[in-house]
Amino acid sequence: MIAVDHLTKKYGDLTAVRDLSFKVEKGKIWGLLGPNAAGKTTTMRILTGFLPATEGRASVGNLDVFEQPNEVKKILGYLPETLPLYPDMTVTEYLGFVAAIKKVPAGRRTESVAKVVKTTGLESVKGRLIKNISRGYKQRVGIAQALVHDPLVLILDEPTIGLDPAQIIEIRSLIKSLKGEHTIILSTHILPEVTQTCDGVVIINEGRLMASGSLEDLTASIRHKEGLFIKVRKDGPEAAAEIRKIAGVDKVEAADGELKVEWKPGLDLRDDIVRLLVEKRFGLLEMRPMAMNIEDLYLKIVSGGTEQ
Amino acid sequence: MKNVWVVAKKELRTYFTSPIAYVVIMVFLVLVGFFYYNILMWFNAQAMQMAQNQYYYSQININQMVYQPLFNNMSIILLLMLPLLTMRLFSEEKKIGTEELLYTSPISVNQIILGKFVASLLVLLAMLALTCLLSIFSFAYGNPEVAPILNGYLGLFLLGAAFIAIGIFFSSLTENQIVSAILTFGALLLFWVLNWASNSAAGAWKDILNYVSFLQHFDNMTQGILDTTDVVYYVSFAFFGLFLTHSVIQSRRWR
Ligand SMILES: Nc1ncnc2c1ncn2[C@@H]1O[C@H](COP(=O)(O)OP(=O)(O)O)[C@@H](O)[C@H]1O
Ligand SMILES: [Mg+2]
Repeated sequence: MIAVDHLTKKYGDLTAVRDLSFKVEKGKIWGLLGPNAAGKTTTMRILTGFLPATEGRASVGNLDVFEQPNEVKKILGYLPETLPLYPDMTVTEYLGFVAAIKKVPAGRRTESVAKVVKTTGLESVKGRLIKNISRGYKQRVGIAQALVHDPLVLILDEPTIGLDPAQIIEIRSLIKSLKGEHTIILSTHILPEVTQTCDGVVIINEGRLMASGSLEDLTASIRHKEGLFIKVRKDGPEAAAEIRKIAGVDKVEAADGELKVEWKPGLDLRDDIVRLLVEKRFGLLEMRPMAMNIEDLYLKIVSGGTEQ
Repeated sequence: MKNVWVVAKKELRTYFTSPIAYVVIMVFLVLVGFFYYNILMWFNAQAMQMAQNQYYYSQININQMVYQPLFNNMSIILLLMLPLLTMRLFSEEKKIGTEELLYTSPISVNQIILGKFVASLLVLLAMLALTCLLSIFSFAYGNPEVAPILNGYLGLFLLGAAFIAIGIFFSSLTENQIVSAILTFGALLLFWVLNWASNSAAGAWKDILNYVSFLQHFDNMTQGILDTTDVVYYVSFAFFGLFLTHSVIQSRRWR
């Protein structure tokens, strides 16, 4: 439904997005995850036709974003990072205006607005001026304007930023309820947002793709890497060299006074390693499993690692 | 066309739900009323004196003595008022982030620009139409010719349209409304008096400066002369302003 293909965006000398590619299937929610300044907003602005790309392609529903921008805009709903609200309009007036510029036929506008007011839970404030409603309701109006023309694809830029925990839960469940009918990409810099609402994730940092895939695939691929962190008293290259001799060991690295040992998936070499360390009297001090989950992966990426 | 009207309607709603349009219209009417009253009083006194003499009596011309100075005053008041109508048109969208909604919707940049232009033109039209009410007094006191008055109003409308287009252009340059208004004042005043420089210019430059100046063309129209070159001048000026706006918006996004 959404395909980004070797996308690059430069602002003058600064490359905000670098050779980024990913795909999102129809009816799924995907997260675009990355720390601040990773290039999430830039990517979304390119997808929505707000900004052109420097290089690469992007398509939404088989329509090329750069060649058929108007067709794409008709099937796209977009919640920008700063809510695009007119403070002096009432909620209903505003949604009516958005429906009109999104080309909802005049005869169906009232109905579309009523429907979206209902889905986003805005009934109680629909007659109020936007400047007088709370932050949480403003966020709902933002989502409502993205939904009012019943788009196939929704692009939500940090949909829960600046909300309190209760509002965050509400907005997340609202987004989840939209899945199926709509294909959704949401951006966020916090991992739980992805693990709680999304089917898949694209992790980017400094404009580069770091990892992408469905949550199950990612978790599975991470589990495949099995290993241990070991601390020994007689620290030195000998311990590493000895461990490396054990059949099945993939990699032994020294870092922070620890040894990081990885072995082939499916094996369990813990017994062999311990036996070796005890027999050769290296003085085993500490040993912990290398339990990697998506959180570790994300932390590693954010802190500058480029593995995976 | 429908899209242009959707945008225009939204701008009109903003004009009339905030005090901007009311204040601009009211201040404009008060000032025009003040000038009109003074001119009319002066005309009355003049006419009394002139009526003593057979020759002067035939020279009394309410069009020349009342409307010409009135239109000149009105044009200056428009120059001061219209930038206040246009200053927020694009600046505000940029500032509050609604431009992202507009430019990701299936309507073209041209339709957005035209919609905003049309909304301001309608406010201008309302301002001018309300001043027509003042003419009741002229018709009570004298017997003015209608055609030159209409011609003068057409001149004011076209002049105002050009002012608005330039205001829209400056509004697209900055997200600060005040900066947008100041730049517009500066540009309008400059174009207003550009023909002064023609005194010291030579050859083709003299003609160009004269042609480009607002004042030259406006004088013709208040004198009741309807010349297509003047109409073409104002229309192309407005078109040019809108064209520049379009270029600014496109280039911002394509940089
Ligand atoms: N209009 C712009 N002009 C210049 N640089 C920009 C512009 N927009 C974003 N950037 C830069 O591009 C990088 C990526 O920004 P952005 O896409 O907003 O990241 P994110 O949304 O992930 O926080 C940042 O370093 C940011 O400063
Ligand atoms: Mg962002």
